[in-house]
Amino acid sequence: MNNEMIYSVIAIGVGLLMVFMAIIAILNKKLSVAIIAAGVVSLFASVLFLLMSAPDVAMTEAAIGSGLSTLIFFYVLNKIKRQNA
Amino acid sequence: MLRNLLIALVLASFGFIFYNLYQSYEPQTELTGIAAHFAENGASEVGAANLVTAVVVSYRSFDTLGEITILFLTAAIISFFLKLSKEDEEKVIIHRGTSELLQTASFLLIPLIFLFGVYVFINGHLTPGGGFQGGAIIASGVVLAIMANPNMTINHKVIIWVESLSGVSVILIGVLGILLGGGFLDSSIKGLGFGEFGTIFSAGTIPFIYSLVGLKVGAELSNILNLYQKSQKEA
Repeated sequence: MNNEMIYSVIAIGVGLLMVFMAIIAILNKKLSVAIIAAGVVSLFASVLFLLMSAPDVAMTEAAIGSGLSTLIFFYVLNKIKRQNA
Repeated sequence: MLRNLLIALVLASFGFIFYNLYQSYEPQTELTGIAAHFAENGASEVGAANLVTAVVVSYRSFDTLGEITILFLTAAIISFFLKLSKEDEEKVIIHRGTSELLQTASFLLIPLIFLFGVYVFINGHLTPGGGFQGGAIIASGVVLAIMANPNMTINHKVIIWVESLSGVSVILIGVLGILLGGGFLDSSIKGLGFGEFGTIFSAGTIPFIYSLVGLKVGAELSNILNLYQKSQKEA
């Protein structure tokens, strides 16, 4: 088992986890769980970018995709919940 | 029934399209065309150790200018729609209280996160990262500060001044490139060379442009977060 094969196995595993998390984000009834799952998709995507030797993209994805946008989604969700209550 | 059939049809056509793409894909073993030119001459023409930065800030700096403009527009539109009235300003955010752990950890971590963001955009021409990444990291430090203390206030005036000044400075450095370099937004400075390859003062104006872009992006994203934070105010 050489290095390239190990990389491929890890990349495929991360990709499958991303698909799994994306399905959770679509199907889960609780919106907060869906937002977290969407953030985790971004986190795995940044790991995948790092494996594909694109650290510049990985940094952006980790900071914006799983950090800032998750927080903004939570703010919006909170606002909607309070207006409906 | 019809709806599910349509969804299945769309999925099947997507699968067909991507299968065709996958079938016709052949991995290239060497760089071709303009990519080969960038990889071969990037170090001698731009002087940046990080080739991605050489492409983003020098070869394709006009695209970067467009990206900065798009981000500025986004921030402007969000601040237009999330405008607060005078009475709302005095309200507070009602929350369940933040944990002691988060508050203590935030005191320790926020300066480090800011420092790391500054490091990323100052070293944009040497190590992976740059203005956009560094700005996003600074904004995630602001996220931690907001989470630890939901009612904290961010100085709006400072953010606006930092953003406007750095935006204007980027354009001014770009215009100076017409006089001192090879054209608008060109990173080289005539007669000065690029400095020693791999040191912090190298690659012409790239470190300055990227630091200013980093400040601008950090200020814009912090401003967006600040507006969303303020939109939670009530009672």
